[in-house]
Amino acid sequence: MSLYQVQKFLYHLNRDDRVKAQFLDSREVALAAYELDNEEHQALLDGDIGLLYVLGVNGQILMHFAALLGIEWFDYLDMMREGIKQHGPVRAGVYTMTGGGASFTVEGQQR
Amino acid sequence: MSLVYAGVLCHGPGITGRAHLVDNTAARDALYAALDRQRAEIQASGAEVLIVVAAEHFANFFMDNMPAFCIGLGEKHEGPIEDPEWLAIPRTVIRGHPELALRLTKEVMQTVDVAYAEEWKCDHGIMVPLHFLTPKYDLPVIPVNINCQGPPLAPLHRVWAFGEALRRACDSVPEKIALVGTGGISHWPATPDSGKINEAWDRQFLDRLMRQDKAALLSYTDEETYRDGGQGGFEIRTYIAAAAAAGGPGELQFYTAELPIFAVGCTVARLQVA
Repeated sequence: MSLYQVQKFLYHLNRDDRVKAQFLDSREVALAAYELDNEEHQALLDGDIGLLYVLGVNGQILMHFAALLGIEWFDYLDMMREGIKQHGPVRAGVYTMTGGGASFTVEGQQR
Repeated sequence: MSLVYAGVLCHGPGITGRAHLVDNTAARDALYAALDRQRAEIQASGAEVLIVVAAEHFANFFMDNMPAFCIGLGEKHEGPIEDPEWLAIPRTVIRGHPELALRLTKEVMQTVDVAYAEEWKCDHGIMVPLHFLTPKYDLPVIPVNINCQGPPLAPLHRVWAFGEALRRACDSVPEKIALVGTGGISHWPATPDSGKINEAWDRQFLDRLMRQDKAALLSYTDEETYRDGGQGGFEIRTYIAAAAAAGGPGELQFYTAELPIFAVGCTVARLQVA
């Protein structure tokens, strides 16, 4: 596990337009400088929000990444729920799921 | 006395970015009206600069070098770092006040070891408050951050001391200064639980804040806050710092838990500068 490196990449990506441009041009190149294991590397290449959430990426960093990928809000929430279904509980950090996957908004429930 | 206004307000990307999705439009509009009142009160105070005590979300700081407290000394600040369309706030440049910020920082340093930064990028934690409080970005802004994201976090008694140091610094300069703390109380943002709010816990905290009950405000442990208020609850630090800076009781001008799509109990309060 190199969660720290995953989050550091996303931190750089979220705040630096040059890293964003590099990522949009070549995700492989953008990731090259970070020490990632295969699972983390693939999750970032794929923009796999569910797996990144389960790996323990801080939700604020992940939320900004999802916005960069153009993921709609409720889809973003569903991707995290689906990640837990597929991969099990969040493995690290404080952004765990406590509500059993329920939606806490009328707007989400009405979709 | 140069602190002419003190208050607190919530933030959250949904407050602007998901405004169009809101089912309870009456509550949304009431929140916007309360924020507009806060803007008017700051303007009426004659404030020449706005200090925003924020809880940033990895716009500037990461766990490679995470300050407990930091003051922005830059001539300008850029934001938002997020996709502007997602946040519904256009990217802009906000004027800073480096000379005043430096004087304030020097005074704060007399009692609190504060970091400083001559570069600052703003995420929704500052951009959403500014969108409502200085929509034309015509008031210089001094950003201040309290680490509420990357534990270990500053103990609450140190946060109080930081707020007191900010107040002492404000009182040492002739400029008229407004100060707001912006954060959430209980919330579980950016998780599948987004929209979960512990209203009873929020109201107890706000009651303590409005009464300036220092002992009660400083009694929360991070374990209790995480259990009852979620990871977002760590942002009570910004409200506590603002209360310490103000020194007097508060007036809760708005609170609702009826806008869960904003992922936070929506709060606006004025704190008496005493």
